[in-house]
Amino acid sequence: MTTLNVNGKGVSVDADPDTPLLWVLRDHLGMTGTKYGCGMALCGACTVHVNGQPARSCSTPLGAAAGKRITTIEGIGQTKEGRVLQEAWVANDVPQCGYCQSGQIMSAAALLAKVKRPTDAEIESAMSGNVCRCGTYNRIGLAVRQASRNLK
Amino acid sequence: MTRREKGMNASGIINLSRRDFLKAGAGLTLGVAAPSLAQMAGPGQGGRSVAAAGTFEPNAFVRIGTDNTVTVIVKHLEMGQGTYTGLPTLVAEELDADWSQIRVEGAPADASRYNNLFLGAMQGTGGSTALANSYEQMRKAGAAARAMLLAAAAERWNVAPDSITIARGAVVHLPSNRKTTFGQLAASAAKQPVPQDVKLKDPKDFALIGRRMTRTDTRAKSNGTAIYTQDVKLPGMLTALVAHPPRFGGKQKSFDAAKAKAVKGVVDVVAIPQGVAVLATDFWSAKKGRDALVVEWEESGAFKLGSAEIMAEYKSLAATPGLPARKEGDLPGAFARAAKTLEAAYEFPYLAHACMEPMNCVVKLSADTCEIWNGEQFQSIDQPEVAAVLGMKPEQVKLNMLFAGGSFGRRANPHADYLVEAVQIAKAIDGRAPVKLVWTREDDMRAGHYRPMYYHALKAGLDAQGNVIAWQHRIVGQSILAGTAFEGMMVKDGIDATSVEGAANLPYAVPNLGVELHSPKMGVPVQWWRSVGSTHTAFSTETFLDELALAIGKDPYQFRRALLAKSPRHKTVLEMAATEADWSTPLVSARVGDRRGRGIAVHESFNTVVAQVAEVTVRRDGSWRVDRVMCAVDCGLAVNPDVIRAQMESGIAYGLTAAMHGAITLKEGVVEQSNFHDYVPLRMNEMPRIGVYIARSSEKPTGVGEPATPVIAPAVANALFAATGKPIRSLPIRIQV
Repeated sequence: MTTLNVNGKGVSVDADPDTPLLWVLRDHLGMTGTKYGCGMALCGACTVHVNGQPARSCSTPLGAAAGKRITTIEGIGQTKEGRVLQEAWVANDVPQCGYCQSGQIMSAAALLAKVKRPTDAEIESAMSGNVCRCGTYNRIGLAVRQASRNLK
Repeated sequence: MTRREKGMNASGIINLSRRDFLKAGAGLTLGVAAPSLAQMAGPGQGGRSVAAAGTFEPNAFVRIGTDNTVTVIVKHLEMGQGTYTGLPTLVAEELDADWSQIRVEGAPADASRYNNLFLGAMQGTGGSTALANSYEQMRKAGAAARAMLLAAAAERWNVAPDSITIARGAVVHLPSNRKTTFGQLAASAAKQPVPQDVKLKDPKDFALIGRRMTRTDTRAKSNGTAIYTQDVKLPGMLTALVAHPPRFGGKQKSFDAAKAKAVKGVVDVVAIPQGVAVLATDFWSAKKGRDALVVEWEESGAFKLGSAEIMAEYKSLAATPGLPARKEGDLPGAFARAAKTLEAAYEFPYLAHACMEPMNCVVKLSADTCEIWNGEQFQSIDQPEVAAVLGMKPEQVKLNMLFAGGSFGRRANPHADYLVEAVQIAKAIDGRAPVKLVWTREDDMRAGHYRPMYYHALKAGLDAQGNVIAWQHRIVGQSILAGTAFEGMMVKDGIDATSVEGAANLPYAVPNLGVELHSPKMGVPVQWWRSVGSTHTAFSTETFLDELALAIGKDPYQFRRALLAKSPRHKTVLEMAATEADWSTPLVSARVGDRRGRGIAVHESFNTVVAQVAEVTVRRDGSWRVDRVMCAVDCGLAVNPDVIRAQMESGIAYGLTAAMHGAITLKEGVVEQSNFHDYVPLRMNEMPRIGVYIARSSEKPTGVGEPATPVIAPAVANALFAATGKPIRSLPIRIQV
């Protein structure tokens, strides 16, 4: 059994330590907000926070996440960055198919937690690891800037 | 959160047929309920009002609950294009509902009620038809419901119906100062006669159509609660991964499951016609099991050509006349008297759809039904295809339409490929457990059903005054429709309409014109890909036109304008895009050595006309980027301008990805790409700024999901041509410094 701290709660998981955190969250803990997109840390759909840092959960083994603070899309609304981002996402109708958006918001939240007023270049750099095949990038940029302004 | 947004915080994606919810008692959902159904139905969502007594359901599209919610049953798949917002807007408009009352449900498979009016008797989503085919149908559904609510109120208050007003969900009798709600009228409205004919609003009275209504699915898609196929979990469900043959047309000869079965969590290994399936309690166990599986493949019937050999064959075919798709005037005569002749040939690769959510499907078999959960796009194909595997009748196949994590055409597979694969697995284990088939990104990338490879040969003749007097266009590529249920309907005299669309209907006035087609057979499965034939015809026609303009020293924009005198919609959007781009003002380079260029293109697809001007910067090292795109669109009456803008942005990003990076290539029949490192998507750092300009129109709305896609590649290629003086004749774009 491995003990994890997910969104502030302690949970125990019976899975091999090589199991990617993504599948632990989705299949073992039933938390399906974090998405599978590529399995190779190429698309960012599976982004979560591990000790506050953005991490691709598809390439983070359970063993490496044990004992660390994990935040997912299900918990990010409890943070001030997550809250303003989700409101900005709604205000700008960012999502289309929506499948990548959990990861987008998690990457954006990690950025805003580190840099409250990011420049356009910093936004681009922080978000370019997240693929959106619907092409919502310009709205994502708008929403991150709006959220940044709304961040007290 | 504003009041308007409240209640839109979860998605209503429930699929209960009328019969199902009549059977279900109060508080029940389905006998076989996905546990996630509870999750899907957020606070105040449709599920609750369904079972409540007194529900008013005037037709197949509207249900009004005693809780004052208005549930709109949407017959089309929400795959990002906004149909779960657009169709409810039409209902809400004629119903005079308040937007905050609206809930959305995906329709069940039932073509008798939910057929696509543009596809005859078929139920399905595609061809940018969702809003266009539903425009009057959904408005009538709303208007009928409104008439019955009005009749119920008149009866209750014993007043004349025309003394009652309805606005934003409030039913009011002003003379007596009485007021009620849809919810309070629901039970009595249900007893009113259904009106046979309803009067629709005059467009000048529209309150919601033409305005930005917030998307109904945004909040659920921003907080992780939106449910996709990948998220469905049924009690006892197994996850299946399939080992597929490495080449198209291959089959499994034998396999050794011992090592796979030794993996913890692996439950079974079964052979199916598509390969060998490993079933496990969870994805990662199934993945490890599949990695450990040993399969020997039978490849005698497998396709073994590479992309280079295919293209070589296409090139030699293009040297011979094809079947005529269009013939105007005297082409040989016109070429004979032409003062100048230009030729160009174009090459296009296979393209994968590469949706963010790889294909997947959940199946639950019982003795007399097969229930399926997926991003269901093609009910009238999927039902019979699945039924045939099981020896059932189509109506025994129940399809639950969930949100799709993108499709771009992929989920409307004419052979129901991944559904059939999932059903084969469920059948192979005798339905002992529900099965979720999951394709990894690699499986999805290598599964075929690509946009076909094409070779185009164009030849034009100009007279001494620079008029285009002859135009010959030869297209070589696989037929998408051959061997599908659509062949009889859309392939006439050997011409697959989807191979030549955009070329055979060239909008420019050319007196002598010939469009010809070769449709060679190849063992690579092909399929429609966002904007279908226009993905290649828009590129060859619009870039060739710039070569002609250069040859006679004309400005590409003015050259087009002069040829479009008889195509007023094209001309209008062309002028809009050029004006917004300040076409006549030269571009300024930010850095010494940078070359900049502006390119224009216009194209009609799915009855919508789009013009784009792209501005590019080419650096000294040959790297380049698209800085800005001005996009003008005529899609008839603009129902939701913001959704139209979003679809233009989306189409541009999707088309630009293919233009910059997209190619599926084969080597000895094996697909060389596997994931996003070698099938490269556009990322935020490559996204241009985009301005969208919507032409004013009072015509019926036309589709917006696809038509922006084909225009961007030629606009960008023309901009690069302007910047470098070198034409782009093959995709993806590789420029030489």
